Amino acid sequence: MDPASAPFDSALIPKGVKRCQLKWFLLWIAVLNGPLMVGTVAALMCWGLALNVTNLSNNYPFGLWIAADLGIIALGAGAFFTGFLRYIVKIDDLKHIVNYAVIIGVVCYASAQGILGIDIGQPLRGWFIFWHANVHSMLTEVAFCITCYFMVLCIEYLPLILENRQVYKLGFFHGMAHHLHEAMPTIAAIGVFLSFFHQGSLGGVPGVLYGRPFAYREGFLVWPWTFFLFILSAIACGPCFTILITRITEGFARKRLVKRNVIDILAKISGRLLVLYLVLKTLDTVYWIAMAGKVGAPLSSFYANQPYGYWVLITELGILGVIPAILLLIRKTRQNDNVLILACVLNCAGIFMNRWIMTVQSLAVPVMPFDRFISYHPNWVEYASTFLFVWAGAIVISLSYRYLPIFSQEKELNPL
Amino acid sequence: MKEAHHEGDEQHQGHGKIYKFGMVVDLDKCTGCGACMVACMAENNIAFRKDETNKTRSNFWMRVYKISNGLPFPDTEISYIPRPCMHCEGHGHHHTPCVSVCPATVTDYNHETGIVSQIYTRCFGCRYCMAACPYHVRVFNWWDAKWPKGMEKYLNPDVSPRMRGVVEKCSFCFHRFQRAKNKAFTEGRREVREDEYQTACTQACPAGAITFGDLKNPEHRVYKLKDSPNAFRLLEKLGTNPKVYYVSTRAWVRKAADVYVGKEGEGATCA
Repeated sequence: MDPASAPFDSALIPKGVKRCQLKWFLLWIAVLNGPLMVGTVAALMCWGLALNVTNLSNNYPFGLWIAADLGIIALGAGAFFTGFLRYIVKIDDLKHIVNYAVIIGVVCYASAQGILGIDIGQPLRGWFIFWHANVHSMLTEVAFCITCYFMVLCIEYLPLILENRQVYKLGFFHGMAHHLHEAMPTIAAIGVFLSFFHQGSLGGVPGVLYGRPFAYREGFLVWPWTFFLFILSAIACGPCFTILITRITEGFARKRLVKRNVIDILAKISGRLLVLYLVLKTLDTVYWIAMAGKVGAPLSSFYANQPYGYWVLITELGILGVIPAILLLIRKTRQNDNVLILACVLNCAGIFMNRWIMTVQSLAVPVMPFDRFISYHPNWVEYASTFLFVWAGAIVISLSYRYLPIFSQEKELNPL
Repeated sequence: MKEAHHEGDEQHQGHGKIYKFGMVVDLDKCTGCGACMVACMAENNIAFRKDETNKTRSNFWMRVYKISNGLPFPDTEISYIPRPCMHCEGHGHHHTPCVSVCPATVTDYNHETGIVSQIYTRCFGCRYCMAACPYHVRVFNWWDAKWPKGMEKYLNPDVSPRMRGVVEKCSFCFHRFQRAKNKAFTEGRREVREDEYQTACTQACPAGAITFGDLKNPEHRVYKLKDSPNAFRLLEKLGTNPKVYYVSTRAWVRKAADVYVGKEGEGATCA
């Protein structure tokens, strides 16, 4: 590259790759900062003025935040599952995307914790969940596992930061990055263990609510069936989210960053897992209908109040389940870029819808016969503070892409 | 202690007798006047706002629901259902719905009294317990409590006001039990008498629809009332095992109070 046309910060940019001029990058960051500021104001309103600034109520103690939280963590499952496939199952080709999966995971898990920090009524007491832990609560299990796993993700992210051109020159950091890479299989294994538990525990959060027949599921030992379904759905959609963000990044960068065969491996695995999930979810649904009927809650009572009609069930399992599963299973459709993106979008939307159903719709269904259905729709404060983390995540990803050697195939695919 | 409680053991344990406090509400007597709600709010320093039109954010520990048989005039009938905390006992492998889910051990089932407690200063407002409770018993403090000028002088010194961002609920006026227990101990007794511990709503009800006492003690009125053929509990089939019973001679009321009425017809008398 002509030194005169090199970006002002080229000394920080990995060797052999092309990045835009610094002024364009800064403009992009400034653009992201706009909605981020709006989200920050919304978050400060929640902390300063209390949660009455939202549309949550005593009927809907859980709303957009909790649904988004569960969804984001499921989408972030691409990090641990790609690590599992790369370091434990030893699918070597995935080394070309595992770095990016980790960064996406860091963003997702940081977002989830950030959203929880806004959602709780007394944020300064958030640490009570660790100090006064109730071991019977699924939420306790979630809190411990997510916090530990976030630390694991940070440790996985650290060597990438240390591999920045300038940082890597320092002997100590060079050695540290090397040793962390050496330890990565062990760290990934710890991450997998923790992730299975917290993904499952998130499923347990609605699944143990036996006072809510819509959410309640029987299960194995202390774990309701949703425990296992949440794990499976997370690992079925996590890789799709990784693919989706990679494709979006490629769109912004206007170049290929990962070879097609790597993407194809993730898409194929995702499709097969989605099929398995759909089979088990269908069995669970049939059993749930039978069990709910026994406690006097027929299926029709669950879908009696719009907008939560039967279309919800059909959309979740059919349009956002069966269709992406078919598209991901068939090689021809999977290898068509546009169709692959469509499949990934549907798969990820399906997960979000499932998490919304298991949390918000569970509360929407009246349980006492003389209860009235009350609707809930999030207000701008909830949307802005949720999307705050999308913009913050975009900034983290943008910075990482610009300054860290994330994509090992980038040079090969885009020779200067 | 838990086993002793579940087996109905009358032996003295810890600092006193084992109770199982509960309530029986005669819906045929309830006029829906709301005195129980007012008494509860005054007794327990429940915060209120100038504008309480949004009932989904109002703080009620005791809430009176109005139900109708849905028939046109002249067959229309209505009934009122006062609903305090059910103080669910749970059964089998199910704990009290809200107790088992609370991540910070804020809420607890007291096996000496059968009362489900709430530690406000430990609650960090995750609201999981609210999601777990099918009776909408638990309410969240969406605002800081602001009392009209001078009213803070009339707050009950035995009950701590709650700050914003925490969940609260009916405690069966537990502070009254503590006071009654202290009195009994100073008088050399180990047992609190029925008339010594009554909830505020029970005492305020002008129709005498609410009866409160030890569900295990044959000398207490609730002991017999709960076994009435017309007695039922809300959402009984879910297995929450509530300690608030309702009585009504009207079959449609009993049916309207549960998602099913499997036992309906067994000795029940219809209006």
